[in-house]
Amino acid sequence: MCGLAGIHLDAPGATADPAALKRMVAAIRHRGPDGSGFHVEPGLGLGHARLSIIDLAGGAQPLCNEDETIWISYNGEVFNYVELRRMLEQRGHQFRTSTDTEVIVHLYEERGDDFVHELNGQFAFALWDRPRRRLLLVRDRAGILPLYYARVRNGLLFASEVKALLASREIDAALDPDALDETFTFWAPLAPRTLFKGVSQVCPGEMVVLQDGRLERRPWWRWQFPADGQHRTGPEPGLQQELHALLADATQVRLRADVPVGAYLSGGLDSSALVALLNRSVPETLRTFSIGFDDAGLDETEHQQCMVGHLRTENFRIHCSLADVATGFPATIFHTESTVLRTAPAPMRLLSGLVHQSGIKVVLTGEGADEVLGGYDIFKESKVRQFWARHPDSAWRPGLLKRLYPYLDLTSAQSAAYLKEFFGVGLDRPGDPFFSHLPRWATTAQCKLFYSEEFRRRLDGSATERLRATLPDDIGRWHPFNRSEYLEARTLLPSYLLSSQGDRMLMANSVEGRFPFLDHRLIAFANSLHPRHKMRVLREKHLLREAMRADLPDAIRRRHKQPYRAPDAAAFLQGPTPDYVKQLLGSECIGRYGYFDPDKVGRLVAKLQRARVHAARDNMAFVGILSTQLWHRQFVEGRGVA
Amino acid sequence: MSDDLRQRIQRFILENYLFTSDPGALAPDASLLGRGIVDSTGMLEIIMFIEEQLGVTVADAEMVPENLDSVERIAAFVEAKRGRT
Repeated sequence: MCGLAGIHLDAPGATADPAALKRMVAAIRHRGPDGSGFHVEPGLGLGHARLSIIDLAGGAQPLCNEDETIWISYNGEVFNYVELRRMLEQRGHQFRTSTDTEVIVHLYEERGDDFVHELNGQFAFALWDRPRRRLLLVRDRAGILPLYYARVRNGLLFASEVKALLASREIDAALDPDALDETFTFWAPLAPRTLFKGVSQVCPGEMVVLQDGRLERRPWWRWQFPADGQHRTGPEPGLQQELHALLADATQVRLRADVPVGAYLSGGLDSSALVALLNRSVPETLRTFSIGFDDAGLDETEHQQCMVGHLRTENFRIHCSLADVATGFPATIFHTESTVLRTAPAPMRLLSGLVHQSGIKVVLTGEGADEVLGGYDIFKESKVRQFWARHPDSAWRPGLLKRLYPYLDLTSAQSAAYLKEFFGVGLDRPGDPFFSHLPRWATTAQCKLFYSEEFRRRLDGSATERLRATLPDDIGRWHPFNRSEYLEARTLLPSYLLSSQGDRMLMANSVEGRFPFLDHRLIAFANSLHPRHKMRVLREKHLLREAMRADLPDAIRRRHKQPYRAPDAAAFLQGPTPDYVKQLLGSECIGRYGYFDPDKVGRLVAKLQRARVHAARDNMAFVGILSTQLWHRQFVEGRGVA
Repeated sequence: MSDDLRQRIQRFILENYLFTSDPGALAPDASLLGRGIVDSTGMLEIIMFIEEQLGVTVADAEMVPENLDSVERIAAFVEAKRGRT
């Protein structure tokens, strides 16, 4: 993958400042340390930082078509470029490189704006159509790669990361209060909003068109499900074969690279399935990468070793200590450019560092499987709550919830009466599209207790109602399971998992991630299926488990999902507290930045320091407050300069 | 009912769940669950507080909202238990 940056000026004859463009590209050099390139013409400047993966010698960007009328600066991979190129050559297009980038340029010439539908991959790019003086900013379907833009006094800035926009010196960083409020509800702002006031992101599956001074947002793909009752069903063996073939092909095309490809191995079903499929295709010993923790409740080493032994991969490991999380957290937030409610991205940055040191530029990961194939506990929780909502007075029905969270520190305090209180929210509204997510969002929203009064006055409306206003018109006709899948795919997946925990942590060390489970053909197949094929009673990812029967040891295939977690507040408070934490959470700094109440934050820190057990919501509040303070220091005060 | 006991419980909940010392922030009869003041781990902390600070053991069958869902209820529960021992 790479980084891109650019300046579009409203006045057609105006010239983009080459020094500003260079600063913008330099700010995202970690995304592409292998080279940089620039193209400046009246009204436009395009920049690019390159990570060489395909056509190592000939793939410099920005690049153009035969007569230099169409220009592109591109970040990503189109995995079906071989097939697309063949078709384009048959239609007379001349190629100067063997890159996937050039395929996009010619495909745009051939198909116009519909070209995006033919791309199978992960991408974010700026395409300039000089004759029509038209700029397209395009982002892939699921939102694997980022793309931001901001209106400025004389035009539009765009880039892969916000720090590049700040490097132009045309905009200042300021926090959007509603974006923080959305983060303390959904874990991330709702696209196109970002934590930076005045900076938007191209939404997943969206194309932003700038022409004649008018900016238009055009969705070109979305998560779509059939009306309830119109799902695809069929004999399971056939569906299992189809899923296996699709996943094998999605993995195979993601091996297209002129550099070696490795894989993340968590020890769970998803990454193990990919590694098993990869191992069939890669002739040399596959290199896999894993994280271990001191805390036995978080560590998956035993399962990772089981797969390494089964498939004989060469496994590289990091062991992440509490101090590693705390020491690396400022750099982590520099790359997330967002508030986060968990420290989980921090070890992912260390892991990509290990990949980089090992000489690998590309890794496959299992991210996306839980959204596409029905893996999350929230789907089960919702299923039980739907079942319970039919007889709200039942004492037995909510007891099923106890089966969902075996990895939590359950005690008898979690009696049916308490489960009813915690999970009973919204039980009277089973038809509400938000039914599945109300308990989670209510828990997360407890962090808002720490807002300062002044900050609270700056908020405008309700985060959940803003989401409600943008739901698909037909969501009411979808099966409840599909509604909850949609909410995950719309909120947590692109803006947190694929961004803060995904692209940003990979690119911090110049490593490209590839996501076979997010192949759009696989998504279309999975979304068409009746939910019972994904979740059999309360067994998650049923079809995937069955489809991988011949490839995986039973111990892995039957494993209950363990969410990836890292130590949160304990990382900062159990050992010596780093000075930056004391400073940023001190009452002077909390008061000066203005988002939180200094007295309440002080009490939270004191409580966490003396507590033996940290409550989930206290952990979330602590990490959310600390990361917001770090964000402010690095971007508002530090202007995003490393 | 002992005002001192009620105040200790109220102070614990204010300090640990509402992060304030303002008694006006929590009415003695306010539902801790209904207002989202405690979550599942929070209940563990309350039970630990009752056992370690107030010297009363909470049996499994007693871990129900009727005993633990407000300052008033916790105080009444603790007093009743103390009276029985």
